Amino acid sequence: MKAQASQNTVEDGRNQNAHDDRESVRKGAWPPAARLSAGLLLPAAWWLLYTNLLPLSLFLTGALSGVAGFDPEGHFGKSLGFFIFETPKILLLLVLVVFGVGIVRSFFTPERTRAVLAGKSESAGNVLAALLGTVTPFCSCSAVPLFLGFVTTGVPLGVTFSFLISAPMVNEVAVVLLFGLFGWKVAAIYAGTGLCIAIAAGWVIGRLKMEKHLEDWVLELPPGGPDSGEERMGWAERVRYGQDAVRDIVGKVWPYVALGIAVGAGIHGYVPENFMASFMGKSAWWSVPLAVLIGVPMYSNAAGIIPIVQALLGKGAALGTVLAFMMAVIALSLPEMIILRKVLKPRLIGVFAGVVATGILIVGYTFNLLF
Amino acid sequence: MEIKVLGPGCPKCKQAEQVVREAVAESGAAATVEKVTDVMAMAKLGVFSTPAVVVDGKVKCAGKVPKKEEVKGWLGK
Repeated sequence: MKAQASQNTVEDGRNQNAHDDRESVRKGAWPPAARLSAGLLLPAAWWLLYTNLLPLSLFLTGALSGVAGFDPEGHFGKSLGFFIFETPKILLLLVLVVFGVGIVRSFFTPERTRAVLAGKSESAGNVLAALLGTVTPFCSCSAVPLFLGFVTTGVPLGVTFSFLISAPMVNEVAVVLLFGLFGWKVAAIYAGTGLCIAIAAGWVIGRLKMEKHLEDWVLELPPGGPDSGEERMGWAERVRYGQDAVRDIVGKVWPYVALGIAVGAGIHGYVPENFMASFMGKSAWWSVPLAVLIGVPMYSNAAGIIPIVQALLGKGAALGTVLAFMMAVIALSLPEMIILRKVLKPRLIGVFAGVVATGILIVGYTFNLLF
Repeated sequence: MEIKVLGPGCPKCKQAEQVVREAVAESGAAATVEKVTDVMAMAKLGVFSTPAVVVDGKVKCAGKVPKKEEVKGWLGK
């Protein structure tokens, strides 16, 4: 009897342990050894895959052409080869960068950003707001509540706009796609000019003293809410934050990326060279404003639009025109303006759209002149 | 108990509402859950980042999806 009782206790103890293990696995708290090996193995696997993508994709295209019987150098073969190489490349880059940016974002909260900006004067505030806009995490549809929070805690209106313009425009997905498809120069130019537009447009809106064009109920709001009790994060939590960001963002955009690259691949293989030159080329002065006009009502995911645009560039479209189009699609969207209408009077929305569009036009023309 | 989940309707806001509803159901607390999508109403509650959860007029969390255990804690279970 006694032996059996102790046996039971041992059994219970073991079950308890097993239960604890399961519990910790469920919560994502891996044992240190597993965490260390995952931390070493995953980057190694990533690097191996990334550096061998070209031979892998060539091999795959070759093998497929043998099976399906098409010419790997023909229209279809070229398009397919482009798709097989570019899609995993962009997705790999996205996973890496979104994870990294996720970790950076775990150090920022909208409340902290707001507190930093509340005490700032205009010019320095515009620069800071544009920079913080790129790293402060907030869900896209929070833009209006965030706007209210900024304005009611005494962040100047122009500074608030710098933040609101840079946040969607200079985002990691757009920059990764530009880097992957155009190279680091274009990605840097895009991020740099995007920041400049956000800073300048916010500054101009501040100069225009538009405060009275906020909806009246906004001005009657009590000063901004208190800090929602901020929690300190450990590194394990920050890593999890990065993983969540990957799941959220890459999980959401990958179909657009694949679709965009597929369309881009089709253009690469089938559309004749210099096809775009006549209406998106440098010589057509009206191409930049036209690109902006077409871009505004489009509320496309940057992820889907950039590969298509890259293919067009290869067919003779001018870089400035292409940049202007992309910025217009991403930074000025009709749905966003409809939401903003709840807090801004029409005149301020008009000024916002006008100032940003002017900035985009300047960027478009400048690049068409320089390159 | 009166719980309000605030969010204009993005995926994260829906997720927050679901977590809250599950937590209420699992803990068996007597609470009503209401979704608030109007920006003006949110601002008046003093919430400027979404998703947010307000329990009996007090802002419990803002700017993130709460964990189910946290919600149960607010319910006093």
